[in-house]
Amino acid sequence: MSFIYDKLLGGKSGALGLLVLSILILVVFPLALDGFRLNLIGKYLTYAFAAMSLVLLWGYGGTLSLGQGIFFGLGGYCMAMFLKLEASSPENTAIQSTPGIPDFMDWNQITELPWFWEPFSSFGFTIAAILIVPALFAYIIGVAMFKRRVGGVYFAIITQVIAVILTVLIVGQQGFTGGINGITDLRTLNGWDMTSDSAKYLFYYINCALLITVIVLSRFILTSKFGRLLLAIRDKEDRVRFSGYDVANFKIFIFCFAALVSAIGGAMFTLQVGFMSPSFVGIVPSIEMVIFAAVGGRMSLIGVVYGTLLINFGKTTFSESFPELWLFLMGGTFIAVVMFFPNGLAGLWEEYSTPLMKKIRAKIQPSVTAKPSSSSYETKESK
Amino acid sequence: MGGYSYDELGAIFAMQGFSGISLFSVLLLMALGLAIIFGQMGVINMAHGEFMAVGAYTTYLLSSLTETYFPAFLPYYFLFSIAAAFVIAGVMGYLAEYILIRHLYSRPLDTLLATWGLSLIMQQSFRSLFGAREVSPTLPDWLLGAYPATDMIDIPINGLFVLALTGVVTLGVFYLMFKSSWGLQVRATTQNRAMSGAVGINTKKIDRYTFALGCGIAGIAGAAFTTIASTGPTTGSLYIVDTFMVVVFGGAASLFGTIASAFSIAQAQSILEFFISSSMAKVFTLFVLVLILMFKPEGLFASKVRR
Repeated sequence: MSFIYDKLLGGKSGALGLLVLSILILVVFPLALDGFRLNLIGKYLTYAFAAMSLVLLWGYGGTLSLGQGIFFGLGGYCMAMFLKLEASSPENTAIQSTPGIPDFMDWNQITELPWFWEPFSSFGFTIAAILIVPALFAYIIGVAMFKRRVGGVYFAIITQVIAVILTVLIVGQQGFTGGINGITDLRTLNGWDMTSDSAKYLFYYINCALLITVIVLSRFILTSKFGRLLLAIRDKEDRVRFSGYDVANFKIFIFCFAALVSAIGGAMFTLQVGFMSPSFVGIVPSIEMVIFAAVGGRMSLIGVVYGTLLINFGKTTFSESFPELWLFLMGGTFIAVVMFFPNGLAGLWEEYSTPLMKKIRAKIQPSVTAKPSSSSYETKESK
Repeated sequence: MGGYSYDELGAIFAMQGFSGISLFSVLLLMALGLAIIFGQMGVINMAHGEFMAVGAYTTYLLSSLTETYFPAFLPYYFLFSIAAAFVIAGVMGYLAEYILIRHLYSRPLDTLLATWGLSLIMQQSFRSLFGAREVSPTLPDWLLGAYPATDMIDIPINGLFVLALTGVVTLGVFYLMFKSSWGLQVRATTQNRAMSGAVGINTKKIDRYTFALGCGIAGIAGAAFTTIASTGPTTGSLYIVDTFMVVVFGGAASLFGTIASAFSIAQAQSILEFFISSSMAKVFTLFVLVLILMFKPEGLFASKVRR
């Protein structure tokens, strides 16, 4: 029992934070918001997967990837390809010159389903692909980079270039990928209407459940010996290497795991929003994911969920009413977070709430004062 | 490559080669500034493209001012606008370093985020000031037209001009970095900051002027850019990734490597564009670059300096 409490939930404050988050996304949002707004929240929460992957990779691993959009996009595209094939059954596409293939292929004079689309007609294969393809891609990149001790700034730039390559490739190969518009008009999942209200609620809850699972799983990884080593690598890589550990393998693992987490977010995005396009793959979305993580707190798995919600909520509100102001605000946020609160919202919370809580506790129970602080795992580790 | 005779292929390579030279010039000018900032100071300046746009907009502004108030001056304004672009972009770079960058030297990944924020702010400022549409200055007559080298090959004059400008700037940077005492101080600061401080070099001042110089050169790149394409608020961000690739591929601290890699990237891109679509040419070029960098992470010409 105490194993579960300490390792999975992260001790007292970690468990409390998770509980508050769960109540907020599982109870408060569905009760307080209408279907449309809830769907929007669901969309934001899929970005939180990518932001969480950056907590693992960047906050704890010290390796900044500017290409989490790659994996978010790969996951999303795998799901979208399955849904698109289902939507392009020969009956639905009878008016095309070649029935049975996706409409954008028909527009681009392609008469046969390309080989890499074929297996995506199976749901089981699609789920496996979402879990394996992005992680495998991350493994290849990771082996090539980390084994040769490429890290830091160079890793960031190269992941960014890979994101550019993938975006240009998707936009350029319109016949195979749907081009700049992406894969659209996704309506049914195994014959079940995805656009209905009940489906939207179900997807939202699945999304939340996956999000909480990922938080718990990540906590488990971070509180294990592996997590300790990861932090040690971040702070003094050479010393860990000289102690006899193969640093590259640890980085490769966390990079693959981060890719997997982002891919799950991407797949859930496609299910909830009903399309996938290259605008969620390239440089800008990838950097936005970094800002979600930075605003939420790069060391806090729960903080980044709030960070993601806050930034996206701000983006939706501002870009509706003051589109001009939004970019100024976003740019200002970047600078302010980096310069004034490098630990983001979670850091601010720790800084102000912990002393306050202590004061309150001291008032209630004046006898128990000299107790050592019971701050969360995350602050103990942060510098 | 079937279907083309050798003569035609030669002409294609020559023509695409010359159009690649314009791209090479802009990439090199951008990359020189970035190589100074990134290679010498270790700062990742994601706003570098926007400093180029500052130079381009300066040229545009000067061109419309000249056209309205001193039409007789039109043939000569361009030379002044190059200087103006350098000064204005340089001053903005100086301010950016003073306000923002100098607090972040110990955290290179954070400079990346902060300068990305700066680039967003600058992009939106361009959009608010000059509108979302792309603009281009009225070029003087002597920049237009082409020089017919043979009956199959035409060499655009603006390309030649930009190439010459790039040559002058590159030589200037070489002189400044490797022959002047200021360059010696910059290189000393790069190699050992504490020691340089100990022998009396004001390293903070050196940082500020190095950054300003890099941004100023980006401004010149912007002025050169206006001769080959029009400028919009997001023009800078289109080139930033390519420029970073040039710098990383060339070896961050090597100016010679920067020239070689700008040339090979621009030429590969430009010649491939003739045979396959331009998006695939870009994919192919970048992919090969990433592959090479996987095997040679330190770039083509790594500096032999011990760190």
